Amino acid sequence: MRPDMTIGFLPLVDAALPILALEHGFAAAEGLRISLVKDMSWATVLDRLLYGHTDAAHMVAPLALATTLGRGRKAHPLSVPFVLGLNGNAITMRPWLADRLAPEGALADPMDAGARLKAVVAEGQRLRFGVVHRYSSHNYMLRYWLAACGVRPDADVEIATVAPPFCADALEAGEVDAICVGEPWNSVAVERGAGRIVLATAQIWRRGVEKVLALRESVLESRRPETEALVRALVAAARHFIDPANWDENAAILARQEYVGGDAHLIKRAISDRLLLSMGGEPVPYPDFMFQYREAANFPWVSQAEWLYTQMVRWDLSGFDPDDARKAARVFRPDVYRSALTGSAEPLPGASSKVEGSLAGTTVVGTQQGAMTLESNRFFDGGVFDPANLKGYLSDLP
Amino acid sequence: MRIAIVDERASRAAVIGEGLAALDDCELFVVSERRGLVARIAEIDPDIVLMDLGNPSRDVLEEYFAVSRALDRPIAMFVDESDDEAIAASIDAGVSSYVVDGLASHRIRPILDLAVRRFNAFARLQSDLAAAQNKLAERESVDRAKRILMDSRGLAEPQAYAELRKAAMNEGKRIAEIAEAVVTAHKLMGGS
Repeated sequence: MRPDMTIGFLPLVDAALPILALEHGFAAAEGLRISLVKDMSWATVLDRLLYGHTDAAHMVAPLALATTLGRGRKAHPLSVPFVLGLNGNAITMRPWLADRLAPEGALADPMDAGARLKAVVAEGQRLRFGVVHRYSSHNYMLRYWLAACGVRPDADVEIATVAPPFCADALEAGEVDAICVGEPWNSVAVERGAGRIVLATAQIWRRGVEKVLALRESVLESRRPETEALVRALVAAARHFIDPANWDENAAILARQEYVGGDAHLIKRAISDRLLLSMGGEPVPYPDFMFQYREAANFPWVSQAEWLYTQMVRWDLSGFDPDDARKAARVFRPDVYRSALTGSAEPLPGASSKVEGSLAGTTVVGTQQGAMTLESNRFFDGGVFDPANLKGYLSDLP
Repeated sequence: MRIAIVDERASRAAVIGEGLAALDDCELFVVSERRGLVARIAEIDPDIVLMDLGNPSRDVLEEYFAVSRALDRPIAMFVDESDDEAIAASIDAGVSSYVVDGLASHRIRPILDLAVRRFNAFARLQSDLAAAQNKLAERESVDRAKRILMDSRGLAEPQAYAELRKAAMNEGKRIAEIAEAVVTAHKLMGGS
């Protein structure tokens, strides 16, 4: 039978939710037949989505905004009713560089490592960083960290695009000195002795938006019931994902060749927040490395889309455009998420936008249904993003 | 016209190149090495780049094109973005094309149509080849199963084949599957 929804994805651990929604029957329980299409580049995932090979796609969040705004291509409006997860990426460096930035056997402190990096750059070292896509959260998180530490992206260090499956190769061959990539590719580089994990992106922004579920706006509107059923199935998958009792089974599913492929042990490290930072070491627990389900992690906060837009303006040097800012904000669709889950047992926040980076500790927040507390959502440099003042935020950034 | 074909599968690049070689005033460059891809493309300075959709380096190439937009030869993806049918045909065939801005559509269109046809032709070749290999493998296991039955039960060849066919019919399976089972069982029982 023809599937109701075909979903494109790249083989990364953070494609977990659609895969688990299919494998554990969460989609079927919603009366939805889904099928998955694996590709090897974001460009192809996007092509299939835009020209109707797929109905929805696993996508780096900034790319959904860039596509809507017509950056690099003709504009096609996309909509995001669901965030596939927060963080889950890391910065892995060639051993010589890692040894200068990070203490042995532990993740570095982002502020301290940034200062040390600045010193390396001041020695005249011309460093090259690899990110997986120009319009990726990896690129924006890396640049945010560098700039906040006084290392100017593009001027002081070069940032190039490297395809995730080639990241370990590129480190090994010295084509790049560091990569910012999702799992399992940091762990693959560690396993091969090509690099050492120095920072998790969750250390840069504790609750940073990562991959999203993107649909063409017209598809979302014309297939609203299926889209909402898919949102419910993905929430069920997220709940399953965070239960330690399911980690082994889920890692084994994701490791299958038709999905992420590779070694289930490496995948389990990412989903259990226990990373092996360097070859021969012991796994180091880093809580909330890959963040799902809790604290409305999958809720498409409008403020997160707006933060991404500010970073796009910042690094594309394109100038702030209020019209684009509005279009970018509208890509995230909390209204669809709410509509899908109203009346269910899932908590829903009262607001659809928040001041990002403002919470230092546990905070009870108002809800539409259920109870919800949020933990720290800080940026490592203490920056606060108020979506009511995008231009002011941009002008205060280094 | 300078055309670069980026394909890690040299056999496919050859099939595409062979088709395009027939065109007048086209110079072809095949790039099948991933390393140094961007430098190689810069060196070739192509008017058209053809790349298969399964290539993980597409994002790297698009990044390069986005950056080189600042230069005087911006490269746009797919010639005519309003022609959804041509784009769909291209995606179905599994090829993406990048074309220097400002090239006349009537010059590019025949090249891209040809590329799509060659990609499709290659896909057909591949599936024909896979089918032929499959058939060959099946024939081999049927021959081996017949030999096993002839040796162990002293049957003549037509009888051995009739036995396999009868088992296949009874079990609702294909003869090749039964033959495969006989060969496996024989191996497990210590036969060679």
